[in-house]
Amino acid sequence: MTDMTLSSSAPSSTARADGYRFSVGETLKHAVLILGALVVLLPFYVMVSYSLKSPAEIMQNTGGFFGAQEAFRDEYCVKLGKDVADCMVTPVIYNYTTAFQKAPLLRYLLNGVIVTASIFFIQVLVALPCAYALAKLRFWGREAVFGLVLFCLLIPVHAIALPLYIMLAKLGLTNTYAALVIPWSISVFGIFLMRQFFMTVPDDLIDAARMDGMSEFSIIWNVMLPTAVPALLAFAIFSVVAHWNDYFWPRIVITGDRSLFTPPLGLREFKGDADGDNFGPMMATATIIVAPLIVAFLIAQRRFIEGITLSGMK
Amino acid sequence: MSAIHLDSIRKSFGETPVLKNIDLSIRAGEFLTLVGPSGCGKSTLLRILAGLEAPSAGSVSIGDRVVNGVRPANRNLAMVFQSYALYPHLSIEDNMMTPLRLRDLSTAGRLPWIGPLLAREKYREMRRQVEETARVLRIEPLLQRKPGQLSGGQRQRAALGRAMVRKPVAFLMDEPLSNLDAALRIHMRSELAELHRSLKTTFVYVTHDQAEALTMSDRMAVMMDGDILQLGAPDEIYNNPQDIRVAEFVGAPKINLLPGVIDSAGQARCGDVVLSRVGVGAASEKVTIGLRPEHLELAGGDEKGSLTGRLVHRENLGADLYLHLSVQDGAHRMVVRTAPHEIGRVSIGDDVRFVRKRGEAMVFGADGKRIRLSETPAAAVPEVA
Ligand SMILES: Nc1ncnc2c1ncn2[C@@H]1O[C@H](COP(=O)(O)OP(=O)(O)O)[C@@H](O)[C@H]1O
Ligand SMILES: [Mg+2]
Repeated sequence: MTDMTLSSSAPSSTARADGYRFSVGETLKHAVLILGALVVLLPFYVMVSYSLKSPAEIMQNTGGFFGAQEAFRDEYCVKLGKDVADCMVTPVIYNYTTAFQKAPLLRYLLNGVIVTASIFFIQVLVALPCAYALAKLRFWGREAVFGLVLFCLLIPVHAIALPLYIMLAKLGLTNTYAALVIPWSISVFGIFLMRQFFMTVPDDLIDAARMDGMSEFSIIWNVMLPTAVPALLAFAIFSVVAHWNDYFWPRIVITGDRSLFTPPLGLREFKGDADGDNFGPMMATATIIVAPLIVAFLIAQRRFIEGITLSGMK
Repeated sequence: MSAIHLDSIRKSFGETPVLKNIDLSIRAGEFLTLVGPSGCGKSTLLRILAGLEAPSAGSVSIGDRVVNGVRPANRNLAMVFQSYALYPHLSIEDNMMTPLRLRDLSTAGRLPWIGPLLAREKYREMRRQVEETARVLRIEPLLQRKPGQLSGGQRQRAALGRAMVRKPVAFLMDEPLSNLDAALRIHMRSELAELHRSLKTTFVYVTHDQAEALTMSDRMAVMMDGDILQLGAPDEIYNNPQDIRVAEFVGAPKINLLPGVIDSAGQARCGDVVLSRVGVGAASEKVTIGLRPEHLELAGGDEKGSLTGRLVHRENLGADLYLHLSVQDGAHRMVVRTAPHEIGRVSIGDDVRFVRKRGEAMVFGADGKRIRLSETPAAAVPEVA
């Protein structure tokens, strides 16, 4: 009898011990990670929270995350000479409508889409053939060219910003979409990343395509591109995030024409206003600007992570 | 159908010569195997034939046409790769359609969506060809699948299918069976040979596996270090190797090699055992005597001219039993083939006596070349065993 109970209980008890084992190392790891996550998330928390609250709540730091959402008086509206009763607004609605009214935010978002999409498209157009040649074709000086690519990775954009600006200005291209796109059309990082990926594509596949009658360019677009989708996604993350969020370059080449502003430039509209720092609408703008990237990430989360691990491993 | 000629082909990568002056004529419709240890330049030769690699010197002609400057696709050859090299993003049907699409359609016809509408007739014809090939290879149910969803054997067939649809002048195959498991590999040997018989097209087949070469080919070319050592029918290569390296490479288990000398009577002997007669004029030359495992048999009693070895290992394959013997006090290893029922009760460590069967031995000179046997009748020289 005792034997039986012992033997039947033993496996289940070990299983339980396996499931809930306490480990100091794991706990410590998680504590550190949670702390890191908090540090990263806190600014986002503040951004979203401020975009929901009234100016008074922001200044006095009250109202928790959502704020009380009590109507308050819009001073700007009063200054315009309207009736005070008409100028009572709810904070959320006020912040977000102001964001869209005071600056043509939709236009900025559209500009952001046009610029990042063109940059990515041209970068792929250039990087794939380059990467293919560097990975799969044998020609004199290939290693030297690849060395130059690696060397270019080390040059910070800020170092060449001034000459680039002068060149664009001489060509009369400042304050155009071209000025926003052209300097980024060749991505050495993209070339490097795709080259590393193409190195892993078997030569046989390319030879098979040649036997079937494909030209080298046809091989790039019809064979290499479809196999490189995960790597392209990884590259897309880097490219789109960098250029969607870029403040530095648009600030330099877009000097007057507000209709060419990208979303980060749009944020500036709320700084140094006559009526003081208007944090609510500004944070609402910031929230709207980062939203597309976050939504895109949530939708394609799995593939994004696949792409990043891929670029990290190879 | 056209014959293929390779004339004085040389190839070096940088300073290293990989192919040294290869001459090879491939007859129309034959199954020719290039066989040799890995790294001997078989793939390079095949790729030169395909046009994927340019020779450093020499010419390639298909039929009467020199094709040195012709692009691979325009040589009308099809290649099957070891890794199958199917396009991973296309279904098997599209994989098989690709060579036809590129050969038969205009640029407009290749456009996505619109293409099939513009060239409807051609698409129908292409699809018919794909289906016909799929039926021959019995891969019809797989046509809509992606290569990633197939087993190794099925991918192998799909790759064959892609090569077959375009009805090429010749099939080039680079170790197509190497990635299959052993049982399937042996099955595919006979299937490929049958396919060759029914298609009646030239097959140029590269392998490092001498068994594949022996079982499948009409002729085989044994390559080593960038040279073709011997070209001939499998029987001829096996029974009559002209070079010691060929003798060693072909046949499993390997041929037994014993050092020997040629005595004044023109007999090749190992120690005091006469193993073969050779032509005149080569007295006291150091030679190597080759005896295949099946050319030896166990000696009944204390027969004259028998060798003794200590049994170190026995390998039972069911029908055959290979005895691994250490002879001349462990200086050499020899393998003797017997049948399991012949051996009786011999255990590891026992001494075994064996003799050469009449007329079977190959003698190679110091340069590795075969020394011709003399034509004198057996009575002229006291023959042993
Ligand atoms: N692209 C290349 N560059 C340099 N050396 C090569 C290249 N391709 C093959 N080789 C060399 O040529 C020799 C023969 O290769 P290969 O024809 O592939 O041999 P096999 O197919 O008989 O195993 C090998 O030593 C290999 O290292
Ligand atoms: Mg090879």
